[in-house]
Amino acid sequence: MSGQVYFEDVHEGDSIPALVKGPLERIQLVKYAGASGDFNPIHVDEVYAQAAGMKSVFAHGMLSMAFVGQMLTDWMGPLGELKRFQVRFSAVAWPGDVITSTGTTVRHWEEKGEGLVELALESKSQEGTVTVKGAACVRLPRRSA
Amino acid sequence: MVGRKSLPAKNVIERGAIRRFAEAIGDPHPLWVDEDYARSTRFGGIVAPPTFAVSLQVGSNVREGLPIDLTKILHGEMEFEYFRPLRAGETLFCQAEIVDFYTKEGKSGQMSFLVTETRGVDANGELVYKSRSTTLIRS
Repeated sequence: MSGQVYFEDVHEGDSIPALVKGPLERIQLVKYAGASGDFNPIHVDEVYAQAAGMKSVFAHGMLSMAFVGQMLTDWMGPLGELKRFQVRFSAVAWPGDVITSTGTTVRHWEEKGEGLVELALESKSQEGTVTVKGAACVRLPRRSA
Repeated sequence: MVGRKSLPAKNVIERGAIRRFAEAIGDPHPLWVDEDYARSTRFGGIVAPPTFAVSLQVGSNVREGLPIDLTKILHGEMEFEYFRPLRAGETLFCQAEIVDFYTKEGKSGQMSFLVTETRGVDANGELVYKSRSTTLIRS
């Protein structure tokens, strides 16, 4: 968590601070199953996951999305407001993976006096595999306001 | 199947549930856990991280009775639209609906796409969030 970012300080093409998570541990998948209520055994039961043809258990997609959400809330500060947040899961994240999430401002505009920013989002594993691609729209406070 | 809705479920957003969710995702932001800090912000108290809404009950499983093999499903896409953050202590009524189902031929055979939409409404009847989830079902 850092200070407050303001609409006037952001420009199209700017990157926001990346967030590195992991290495992912199996225990985190168990905790996430409990906290989210998603008990699909493919995320927590190695025997079941392998019987289903996977090399091991793997992270819930929503855990990968939560990492991106953490990057966004860290960046936008307590006065920022997340309006829309969308992701596509392009590959699963495995135990041991280190996931780096990044975001870039692709649009910066005013609407009804509000300062809005559209971000392109991506997460990659240490091997460069893209696990998540997405977009978010954030309202940022204005210095003048 | 499209148009099938879950029964709306009443969820009381518990502070402990938010804390456990934040711990599980490894997000130490004080807005999720630190009452004193959260009270000093414009939210006036603890709020939930952006993806917390997935943990809420939607009353009944809209997929129930559908021939879905848990070993063949993958989460394809997820989208949230937020009208305000979810606050600790508040009550939300959540309801899911199947809004689309289609099948495509892919490289590795047939793939079906199940799209559900969930809406969370507060005690005043105001929409707090909408989410849209696409599940891929391999054949």
